[in-house]
Amino acid sequence: MVTLAAPPDATPRTTRRSRAGTSAHLAEQRRTGLLFAAPTALVVGVVFVLPLGLLFWMSLNDWPLIGVSKPNWGANFAGLSDPLFVKAAGFTLVYTIVTTVVLSAIALGLALLIQQARPGTALYRTAFFIPAAIGISSSALIFYGLYTQPTSGLNELLATFGIGPVAWIATPAGAFWSTLLLVIWRFSGFFMLILLTGLQAIPDEVYEAARVDGAGPMRTFWSVTVPLLRPSLALMLILSVTGSVLAFDQFYVLTSGGPDNSTVTLVIALYRKAFVQYDLGTAAALSVVVLAFLLVLNLAQFALLRRDNTK
Amino acid sequence: MKLRRTLGATAWHVVSIVIAVAFLLPLAWTLWSSLTDSGASPDGGFGFANYSRVVDYGSGLGTYVLNTGAVALMTVAGVLVVSVPAGYAFARLTFPGKNVLFVLALAILMVPYATILIPLYVLLGWIGLQDSLVGLALVLVMLQLPFSLFMMRNSFESLPRELDEAAYVDGCTSRTAFLKVLLPGTVPGVVTVCLYAFLASWNEFIAPLIFLTDGSRFTLPVALVSLRSGSLGQVDYGALQAGVIVSAIPCLFLFLLLQRYYVRGFTSGALKG
Repeated sequence: MVTLAAPPDATPRTTRRSRAGTSAHLAEQRRTGLLFAAPTALVVGVVFVLPLGLLFWMSLNDWPLIGVSKPNWGANFAGLSDPLFVKAAGFTLVYTIVTTVVLSAIALGLALLIQQARPGTALYRTAFFIPAAIGISSSALIFYGLYTQPTSGLNELLATFGIGPVAWIATPAGAFWSTLLLVIWRFSGFFMLILLTGLQAIPDEVYEAARVDGAGPMRTFWSVTVPLLRPSLALMLILSVTGSVLAFDQFYVLTSGGPDNSTVTLVIALYRKAFVQYDLGTAAALSVVVLAFLLVLNLAQFALLRRDNTK
Repeated sequence: MKLRRTLGATAWHVVSIVIAVAFLLPLAWTLWSSLTDSGASPDGGFGFANYSRVVDYGSGLGTYVLNTGAVALMTVAGVLVVSVPAGYAFARLTFPGKNVLFVLALAILMVPYATILIPLYVLLGWIGLQDSLVGLALVLVMLQLPFSLFMMRNSFESLPRELDEAAYVDGCTSRTAFLKVLLPGTVPGVVTVCLYAFLASWNEFIAPLIFLTDGSRFTLPVALVSLRSGSLGQVDYGALQAGVIVSAIPCLFLFLLLQRYYVRGFTSGALKG
């Protein structure tokens, strides 16, 4: 959910005064620029800015799925103190923290494992990130089968070790950890790739210098690798936090928010409010709150990322 | 010393292989049970009966594959129409509103899209695109826009400016310079953008779940999840696994074929989750 780059006006000016400098040419450029940017402007305007404005308006209205809407001002926001929402917020928070910590650790381990080019590295790397090609809902269906089918490969493998039958998604705690396992499978290769890109950007000379200075592997890791990897680590953090706060597919498919509403995330609560209870106004109000929260979080992390980038 | 190194390399391979197998197993298990489990064949062995059951499920697997393919194709085409010329304009041209538009397009990343799905649902209804694959593709184009725009702008920026200069000296306008001189140099970026747009639209779940209501318009992910919900509480695991395999095959194929371009999406500095 973030981009690393210089601002758009940072493109270097041409030094040579050729035809590119004449006013007729500049006018022609301006026309082409407007024409070429028009589709972007259209999409951004109609499918992004307009719905964003509508979201704020809806959050201030009593807005049923079918029928006439009318302003009720703050009433939707007052409705957010519903215990189900509060519980969903708490669950999402715990899920986000646990997922981010576990995923980051695993992704870093995988990246360090295969950062050096050796025979076989490319093959292992592909195996690690192949789940990223499969949709989250399909991944959840794969794990649904593995968990709930008594004859699944997973359950039979465990049975040969005398383990099981495991309740997997039948208990609240089981549902949480089972979903985490699915998320690890689906995303750790993806995050590994982010870190790998960062690791490979660290020049060999830096490691060489550390070695000459007599730094051991642990010292090198903490004093060289981690600081130089900070932009990639920060990017992974942003993506993991944002993705986890917005978690929907994995819980909707794997646990359906159950058992006993124990795995209802914010977006599942939002979805239910809008399309099960047909109360779009309250769902919009919840959206506004989630949006504001993530915006603040993203801006804070973004600032951190930018600062590290310019080091 | 040499022995230690050999031992170290062997240990590294063993660890890597174990992890690689762990990542591949869920897919392998699913493929295996789709061919052998719960009524794969009348005699209880190996067979394709799960696949023929999923072909007949609901409106038919063919319909869902066509719907998903149509959405993916429209999304890829839309992303190209929007991001390729705009990438050039943002990299090379000066025009009014340039910076405002760029910031707005990147702001899409800052606004989590699950939060604007509800107004989008209402909006699509107003413009007559509710329950429509076109409307769904339009939303998916918007979702892919920041990444694609960024990728294409970087692709054009990485080309040497001497190319433009030479084209202008030869009498090109900015449009002919774009078409004849610069565009061919950005093909790797275009492939990356297409790959990401395809994977994202083929696999998208929450947007079609909300926007599509008529079963005959469902995309594969939504159709498969409704198959999972089963009839009378019975889950047809065999058909479900067969369906998952069918929907994963195009993605796996493109992914393995174009892996280099997928990784490009990470190294180019443009990234979206």
